[in-house]
Amino acid sequence: MARTTRAVADRAGEGRDIVSAGAAATGAALWRALEHGLDRLCGASVNPTRHLGALATLMLWVLLISGAWLYAVFDTSVSGAYQSVARLAAAPHAPGGMLRSLHRYATDAFVLLTLAHVLREAAFGRWRHFRRHTWLTGTAVLPFATVAAIGGFWLNWDALGRFSAAATAEWLDALPLFALPLSRNFLLDEAVSDRLFSLFVFIHVGASLLLLFGLWFHLQRLARPALWPPRALSLSTLASLCALAWVAPVTSQPAGSLAEVPGSIAFDWIVLFIHPLMYASSPAWAWLFALVTLGVLVVLPFTSTAPAPAAAVVAPDQCNGCRRCFDDCPFAAITMTRHPDPRRGRELAVVDARACAACGVCAGACPSSTPFRRATPLTSGVDLPDASVDALRVALDAGLAAQGGAAPRVVFACRYGADTQALAGTDSVVLPLVCAGQLPPSFVEYALRAGAARVWITSCREGGCEFRLGVRWTRARLAGTREPHLRGGVSRDRIRLLAAERGEEALLAAALRAEDEHV
Amino acid sequence: MSEGLALPPRAAPIGWTRWLGQLILYGAFALFIGVFSQWPSYRHLPPDGALIKLSLVHSGKPRGACRERSAEELASLPPNMRAPVVCPRERSPVTVELDIDGQAVVRASAPPSGLSRDGASALYVRVPVTAGERRLAVRLNDDATLTEFPYRLERRVRLVPGQVLVIDFDAERGGITLQ
Repeated sequence: MARTTRAVADRAGEGRDIVSAGAAATGAALWRALEHGLDRLCGASVNPTRHLGALATLMLWVLLISGAWLYAVFDTSVSGAYQSVARLAAAPHAPGGMLRSLHRYATDAFVLLTLAHVLREAAFGRWRHFRRHTWLTGTAVLPFATVAAIGGFWLNWDALGRFSAAATAEWLDALPLFALPLSRNFLLDEAVSDRLFSLFVFIHVGASLLLLFGLWFHLQRLARPALWPPRALSLSTLASLCALAWVAPVTSQPAGSLAEVPGSIAFDWIVLFIHPLMYASSPAWAWLFALVTLGVLVVLPFTSTAPAPAAAVVAPDQCNGCRRCFDDCPFAAITMTRHPDPRRGRELAVVDARACAACGVCAGACPSSTPFRRATPLTSGVDLPDASVDALRVALDAGLAAQGGAAPRVVFACRYGADTQALAGTDSVVLPLVCAGQLPPSFVEYALRAGAARVWITSCREGGCEFRLGVRWTRARLAGTREPHLRGGVSRDRIRLLAAERGEEALLAAALRAEDEHV
Repeated sequence: MSEGLALPPRAAPIGWTRWLGQLILYGAFALFIGVFSQWPSYRHLPPDGALIKLSLVHSGKPRGACRERSAEELASLPPNMRAPVVCPRERSPVTVELDIDGQAVVRASAPPSGLSRDGASALYVRVPVTAGERRLAVRLNDDATLTEFPYRLERRVRLVPGQVLVIDFDAERGGITLQ
């Protein structure tokens, strides 16, 4: 009997709408193709494209450490600034010279990684609903990053620094903000004073601190934000930058003078591209480019017309305040408060609907989500209104009953993972989940006891989980290292956790063939 | 991890092909940064180019003449405000013209700053030119009541490639200056 049962209200269609709409689907498919290619090269867990935000943060740490050291030896005067940096450049392989080169290259890497991070999140449409706060606060730090990066070049006060400072002043003068043109500060060398140089330092350091402060806001709605990439990835990235600093140390350009335009200068196109863009067009066009880019990023979250998925709901009479949902929520959408009924528990979970991703990870963590309870309907302490654990149990029971006594394969399928179409025509009961983390481990035992021959859980890859921590928690719960855990008596060789993302349907089909051959 | 559970490994074992692949990946990343942080070099002006920066900050003359208040007018004012002479606050815009080799290059009028239009006028214009000998004629008018330019400077200058010539205004140094 070859039948596939889809009894739970299938939200995969809704999911397809989200990821398949027009350009967003193309962008997501292209990015996934890139990620899957690099998965084969590096392994998914240390694939750099899955850790772009963390890698950018790593670069920030490098910049802070190297910057603090550079500031200690930096002479903040017009006459001494160039010399103090040139002394470092004179010994490029000494610690000071290496740190100076690292500081520059980490800046470039930070800009590139941040840009890639924005592109990735945009490609996956991660600006809507519960992600709006994170998207907007991330956008808000981009100007600070730009100012800090460009301002760093002025401190060297070589030909490139002078050019950049004068070009930036001309760019700012296009705005009707200043009574007197800033460019007058860079007409002649005599016009530049130590006081102005202190302002450069203030801008560079101040914008960097504002960037850090902005990042604090950016991470507020993320539980366990990835501030460090995996160790192997961190070491590889740092090693590649150190190798670059060793092979091609950054050198100062001639000191030059404001009384002359530098001829051909080695130019950092990654950070300073706005200057040639401005001179190739006009300051107004350069502002238009910058403001439109920023404006698109700001407006994007408000363009979505898709309704927000219904947030998780707490049932106070089922919540004993165990805090598992609070611990597991990937978006810090759950807080704990005093339970109104002390007989039920000391604390009660409270869901912030604006921050809730409706991923169901909380339902997967709730001890009252066990299908072995006799209550009908099965009411969990915290659950999704549109995809409840009760509906999951009903669908599982119906699916197994429809097999007419045969022992099928039960597949709990993350709807953001590989399309389970390959399972059509097999003895499989496919039960879609919003996220693999939505599955209480007790459902695996329940399915096996109820007659399933095998249980599969298909998910995104770690680092590619649509809801950040769903795969991690699922793995830990099944391995028995996180509550609620799969009981020890359950036969592990009948369970399979398969990480196959959208676009990796071949992986799913291959796993299916392999198991069929084995059986 | 419990025995028998078919969980995917956290990281696949790294064979030499993966080492090589990663070496290429990180090498390409470093190479991209190394190259585009200093190449291609940028030349702001053509090799035979020079730059003239016309920049000034100067307060124009008051737009109207001062006048004496009449006795009736003074009597109508509070005692502490009975200044016998009253002058309009608004200043004239500063009009500047720059001709290079007889060609009009800049015709600009800088309005006075401030809400009451009583602040200094400021102007900044950059004019890229070809290096060589140039005949400059600069005219400046800071009085709206005049039709002529009270400040004039005509000078033949030799600009070398890459030179920045600053045209400024300093009343204490005689008006229009070249630096």
